[in-house]
Amino acid sequence: MPLTEMTDNGNLLEVTDLRTYFDTEDGIVKAVDGISFQLKRGETLGIVGESGSGKSVTNLSIIRLVPTPPGKIVSGEVIFDGENLLTLSNEAIRQIRGRRIAMIFQDPMTSLNPFMKVSRQLMEMTRLHLGHTKQQAYEHAIKMLETVGIPDARARADNYPHEFSGGMRQRVMIAMALSCEPELLIADEPTTALDVTIQAQILELIKRLKQATGTSVILITHDLGIVAGMTDHLLVMYAGKVFEQAPTKELFATPGNPYTKGLLRSVPDPSAEQGQLYQIPGLPPDVAHLPPGCPFAARCDRVQEICHREFPPFVQLTVDHRSLCHFAHEVYEESRAEVGASSSQSNR
Amino acid sequence: MNKDQRIPEPEVIHTPPEFVVAEEELHTPAGEEIVAGTSLWKDAWRRLLKNRLAVFGMVVVILVAVASLVGPEIIKRVNGFGPDYIPSDSQLIKSFAPFKAPDGSFSWKHPMGTDNQGRDIMARVLQGGQISLMVGIIATIVSLLIGVAYGAVAGYLGGRIDNLMMRFVDILYSLPYIILVIVLLAMFRSSTAVGQLVLLFIALGSVSWLTMARIVRGQVLSLKNQEFVLAARATGVSTTRIIFRHIVPNTLGPVIVYATLTIPTVMLSEAFLSYLGFGVQPPLASWGSLAADGIQNIAIFPWQLIFPGLTMALTLFSLNFLGDGLRDALDPQMRKV
Repeated sequence: MPLTEMTDNGNLLEVTDLRTYFDTEDGIVKAVDGISFQLKRGETLGIVGESGSGKSVTNLSIIRLVPTPPGKIVSGEVIFDGENLLTLSNEAIRQIRGRRIAMIFQDPMTSLNPFMKVSRQLMEMTRLHLGHTKQQAYEHAIKMLETVGIPDARARADNYPHEFSGGMRQRVMIAMALSCEPELLIADEPTTALDVTIQAQILELIKRLKQATGTSVILITHDLGIVAGMTDHLLVMYAGKVFEQAPTKELFATPGNPYTKGLLRSVPDPSAEQGQLYQIPGLPPDVAHLPPGCPFAARCDRVQEICHREFPPFVQLTVDHRSLCHFAHEVYEESRAEVGASSSQSNR
Repeated sequence: MNKDQRIPEPEVIHTPPEFVVAEEELHTPAGEEIVAGTSLWKDAWRRLLKNRLAVFGMVVVILVAVASLVGPEIIKRVNGFGPDYIPSDSQLIKSFAPFKAPDGSFSWKHPMGTDNQGRDIMARVLQGGQISLMVGIIATIVSLLIGVAYGAVAGYLGGRIDNLMMRFVDILYSLPYIILVIVLLAMFRSSTAVGQLVLLFIALGSVSWLTMARIVRGQVLSLKNQEFVLAARATGVSTTRIIFRHIVPNTLGPVIVYATLTIPTVMLSEAFLSYLGFGVQPPLASWGSLAADGIQNIAIFPWQLIFPGLTMALTLFSLNFLGDGLRDALDPQMRKV
């Protein structure tokens, strides 16, 4: 059977040519337009991009939570452990949501039901998926709250969400997401709404729990600083398309796409002497009215005439490094030269 | 792997509790103090108690309800006659003014006077209160059940189903509801007084759910796009459970307020119907039917109208005050500090 062959290559998740369009009054918005990637068991994939680049929609599409209408998954395959999630029945996908694929959302202030005690929300998960009795579920909920570092978990379990601070709520969300020991955890900007100090704690927590349980993680963020230490592979998205795809280290060291280079340059560097922060000029394009050529052409610092005219190819640079650019090879070679220069400099 | 092994490092666990509390206060709007351990309901209750008119309303409603419940029995024990007691002495069959004995002297026996047949009006008003309050409450519960379920389903499912369901509500809205009720009551006219009463519950309940459905739908429309609903869906919770466990409890504030305001409206409708002779049938009495009896003798025996009317007015006022107070207490955004 072809399906079992696919699972044999160690991939937990294989997304192929995923396209999610939104039918708006402004025209068809191609929020996700032909995304493909693979995720192995136990690995962490980072998806990076500006606001509106289609990061979140990609992940909502994976577990079929795109609001329809107006959204619609037009084509593609999402193979999760040998099953195409996009063709499963509603009942079957509900069995997978929460049980095998769990999500953490951006804003912990709004992603807990304000009218339900925290313990009840945690219990709902395990009673639904693991068939726990009330008592079992309650004990499990408290254990999970302890695991994510809620002090005095037993007393806090019966509090309402508004009695928790933002960081604590995000911990509760993580406890909820991990309570059924899912195989895949999708974290959609889990730290964006939090203070920097809390951010570090939450990321550390996700990292540790991931190592303890062997869960695969998809980490969506617009903050390159976060993905650097957390992920194995990176996907850079822009205007609904994958612009660059590479192992994290390689992408940071030798980016093969002008957009990625721009993103990397705009990360503030405290050691830098000059006070000016770099920013990519212009704004992300209107996804409803994309130009025929490269969507990044208008903002690119090495734009050529061909960029406006023709859509760029997805160039294979190394085995698992690909870049969507007419000049991918040139950019990649440039990056390599820079790395060589800086390393020989430091050797001296 | 054993869960005990992944207990996080101490510095993560020991976030000082007082720091958490301090942070909480930062997020709280000025003038509103949330102490740890205070539920939303306790908070609302405290705000309600600060509203004097609402407290007045609540006290009056409770007093009227208790008096209606036990009053007729007490009068029977003290004076020896119930609301249906008609003096057998034909001489006595005439209406006495309040606090007047048959011979014209002062008496505690009939503080509200008697009616044409010599029945004690106070006993009848209290007994009528039982029926009036019951109609108000039960018809409101009927409208609550239908309206909340209907509105929540329409709002959550959205799209064409929502359109269809709400157009049906619009059609019902456009019919003059009191005529609808009269037609319903006339069509299914029941032979017994109790049967007629049940019919009244159903008829009033089935027309008063429309606004409730609209209110709930509006709430659900704004709630269903909130992240916690998405989060619930992402955990695999079924649609039915999301609607009734996650969304409906969040609409409770406006629903309770509207229900409290529905009770007096329904009671007024009942009085109106009873006045027209479609509502409560004798021997049962309601404030409406008592007023209908009283108005026939308004020139000679005004107390026959005044006392049922006053009691009803006082109760309706109080219910409205209570409803307004609840709205202010449950919806802090609307409240002007």
